[in-house]
Amino acid sequence: MSTATLKDVGKSHDKVKEPLNYLNATNTIKSWLFTVDHKRIAIMYLVAVSVAFLLGGLAAGMIRVELTVPKGQFLTNDAYNKVFTAHGVIMIFFFLIPAVPAVLGNFILPLMLGARDLAFPRLNLLSFYVYSAALVMGLAAIIGGGVDTGWTFYTPYSSVYSNSNVALTIMAAFVAGFSSIFTGLNFIVTIHKMRAPGMTWFKMPLFAWAMYATSVIIMLGTPVIAITLALVVVERTMGFGIFSPEIGGDPVLFQHLFWFYSHPAVYIMVLPAMGVINEVIAANSKKRIFGYEFVAFSTMAIAVFGFIVWGHHMFASSQSMYLGLVFSVLSFLVAVPSAVKIFNWATTMYKGSVELTSHMLYAFGFLGLFTIGGLTGLYLSSLATDIHLTATYFVVAHFHYVMVGGTAMGFLAGLHFWWPKMTGRMYSEVWGKVSAVLVFLGFNLTFLPQFVVGYLGMPRRYHFYPPEFQLWHVMSTGGAFVLGVGFFLPVIYLIHSLKFGEKAGNNPWRAVGLEWLTTSPPDTHNFHELPVVTWEAYEYFQESHHGGDVGPSRFPFDEEAVHVSSDEEVHV
Amino acid sequence: MNELQLAPIAASQYAGEVDKLFWVMNALTVVFTIIVIALIAFLAARYRKGTNVDRSNPTTHNTLLEMTWTLPALVLGLGVFTWSSRLFADVYQPPKNAREVFVIGKQWMWHAQHSDGTRENNELHVPVNSPVKLSMISQDVIHAFYVPEFRIQRHVEPGRYTNMWFTPTRIGKYRIYCNVYCGTQHSEMGGWVIVQSREDFEKWQAGGGGRPFYPGGISASTGDLSLAQNGAALFRKYQCASCHADGPKASSKGASLVGLYKSLRQLADGSKVVADEGYIRSAILNPNDVRLANSTGSMPAYRGSLSESEVIALIAYIKEIGTGKPLEGGRPDSVAPAANTNSQQWRYMYGGEQYQ
Repeated sequence: MSTATLKDVGKSHDKVKEPLNYLNATNTIKSWLFTVDHKRIAIMYLVAVSVAFLLGGLAAGMIRVELTVPKGQFLTNDAYNKVFTAHGVIMIFFFLIPAVPAVLGNFILPLMLGARDLAFPRLNLLSFYVYSAALVMGLAAIIGGGVDTGWTFYTPYSSVYSNSNVALTIMAAFVAGFSSIFTGLNFIVTIHKMRAPGMTWFKMPLFAWAMYATSVIIMLGTPVIAITLALVVVERTMGFGIFSPEIGGDPVLFQHLFWFYSHPAVYIMVLPAMGVINEVIAANSKKRIFGYEFVAFSTMAIAVFGFIVWGHHMFASSQSMYLGLVFSVLSFLVAVPSAVKIFNWATTMYKGSVELTSHMLYAFGFLGLFTIGGLTGLYLSSLATDIHLTATYFVVAHFHYVMVGGTAMGFLAGLHFWWPKMTGRMYSEVWGKVSAVLVFLGFNLTFLPQFVVGYLGMPRRYHFYPPEFQLWHVMSTGGAFVLGVGFFLPVIYLIHSLKFGEKAGNNPWRAVGLEWLTTSPPDTHNFHELPVVTWEAYEYFQESHHGGDVGPSRFPFDEEAVHVSSDEEVHV
Repeated sequence: MNELQLAPIAASQYAGEVDKLFWVMNALTVVFTIIVIALIAFLAARYRKGTNVDRSNPTTHNTLLEMTWTLPALVLGLGVFTWSSRLFADVYQPPKNAREVFVIGKQWMWHAQHSDGTRENNELHVPVNSPVKLSMISQDVIHAFYVPEFRIQRHVEPGRYTNMWFTPTRIGKYRIYCNVYCGTQHSEMGGWVIVQSREDFEKWQAGGGGRPFYPGGISASTGDLSLAQNGAALFRKYQCASCHADGPKASSKGASLVGLYKSLRQLADGSKVVADEGYIRSAILNPNDVRLANSTGSMPAYRGSLSESEVIALIAYIKEIGTGKPLEGGRPDSVAPAANTNSQQWRYMYGGEQYQ
């Protein structure tokens, strides 16, 4: 199909026949800025986190270019330290934590549960503005001089010694915490109170379970980091001795408090992505997720265990040996529910009807990379290997496998999966697949060499390094460029699809789930009439055993049979 | 330049053990990853939409199957945990006969002080095949002392002594890295561990270590004194003896220090502590934090007036008191500030020196 034809069809359709939906219902800027519609807020969040991701990515590119030469290229020591801090702060607080919940969760969760909105629409809008304010503060701190502590803000360097914009950066993270808390609170109440009639807890899609577990961690963990960071500012600005031993404090106390949040925060970042993977794999296999209950319980188990393993970040510190042993064994145990999930996802395809769409390729990427990320985590839970590997590039590679291979891949899988629902348009599948493959290859080329150079002893946060490590760094930088292209492609073809993409039907992937019941893009109120759920989650009906088209043909998921959307033409 | 290396040289008693564990974990990781990828590839290909295969009676759960992957994962995980923890417990407890070296980290250099009084900056000379215990403290922020060839690192914290020990098993020069981010020149805060044969080491020691000044504050003229002798000199300089006995003659004011080290102390808050290095340090710098049950609380706090190296020297002296060994010391002449050696640090660490 030529572009010209598509364009013409699009035009005539847009002007004459487009039914009212959340995007075209009102058109003023004010109607966007003051919207309480979860779908519009999700779109605004999408723009904001994408900006954050591009800025964080720019910093990553600077780091990689700088490290191609052992004695640095164009940055001073201080500038280098500020760039890697900016990369960490932006990516963690402004991309990884909000990406899946605030964009995909915000948009899809109410639709999935058959609700008209989240429980507290105004709080949702406030969360977006609080996030934006924090992002502006963070960028102001970074652009107006920078901060050089690393995103971990270890004391007493951050609280006494650093001569950079520590206080403003910390306040930005503090404020961003409130936006997480608002979102978490909103999700918990929505899941408890606003499920459609008939949708029991065990009929919820697993994405909703993931959002619930994540929200619980956010509500319990975020206040701890907020008050810890506030204490750093108190020590820094008023000189109260909290973390600095020179004035009576304890620097290791900071590490306990920091990791008490920041380890569970890993699960705040990765559980939502796991939730996405459930939906994508089920829809592309036309099968119920294998072992639904095991996956749901393992999600909650990860949320609980996540809170009792923080000490594995501190094996090399003055933490006692006995504490180290306890944290080590607990960290090994937390690997088990993750392994359960991986096998359940793979087994879901058994006797399914697998479609290799772009989102499925991203999901496969997630499975491969997260498996490696998880397994290399065990080297760091294990005491003897950890005291060699901790704080080296091995750790850098490990957490990028989890955070990029897990969270970013999951986010992209979900964005591609739900894009037709969010925008009403189809993007180019070909370019989607090219991007998924480039991201996968580029990612491995970037981070596999870092495992090796880490075992060789290359410390993280090093501007200069011994010449014998150069080869690995050059490979890594080469991979980073492939990865960068892979990440940038979706920006182009997704934006392109908004105007030129083919119109998406209500259910282009023929998936089950209440979100596919309504129009694409959905009406402002989500559903013309609220659904009543009488079926299990992921109830894909299998018509034929031999090569037939296995799909969601059971009422009411069949596209033709859906009342609310079958008659687009008639409505207009 | 170098042939492709996948692991650093193994240069301590511990390194080979860690490598063994590491390669076993690598094997498990590769096997597990291949299983996952093969499973995905097989299922995705076999059940790809449109293929003509049996899709009857699809299972959606199977508890037995869940157990067949949960339990082996659990058992293997706990096996690795046990192996690793035994190794770690061993490396956590320094042997009694270990040669003790004090290490001070500061932005952005390392000082080492041997018990015979030899001192060095950004280098640590040790004899091969003899255990070494490092007692480490930071003068400012948190650092970490990391030697990849020994497969070991430990944080170096302000206000608290941490230990690490190793037995170097291979003569050579190995890089020391600071491995907790500590500010502007973090990536240049390093140096070399120089593992020598016993004869070479003794020759080096006899030559005074080659780096005569000591940035911690004690003047160069005390270079021929042992660490404990320096402590004795400082003991006199700060007039500790006016309250504390360091010999058979007891003083009326403060507690006697004879036999103090490793004794059990009853504190005013009711707790009991062993008088180790950390306790002695607190008792000098912040005496009220560890006030004894029968103390009048009249000892002044020396926080801010003593450098970490002076505290280390005092501790070394206090540890000697009561052991019966004779100690002779001279009064330090003056306190000379140290020169900073950070210029050319990069060349020293990464540039000219060829890695063995």
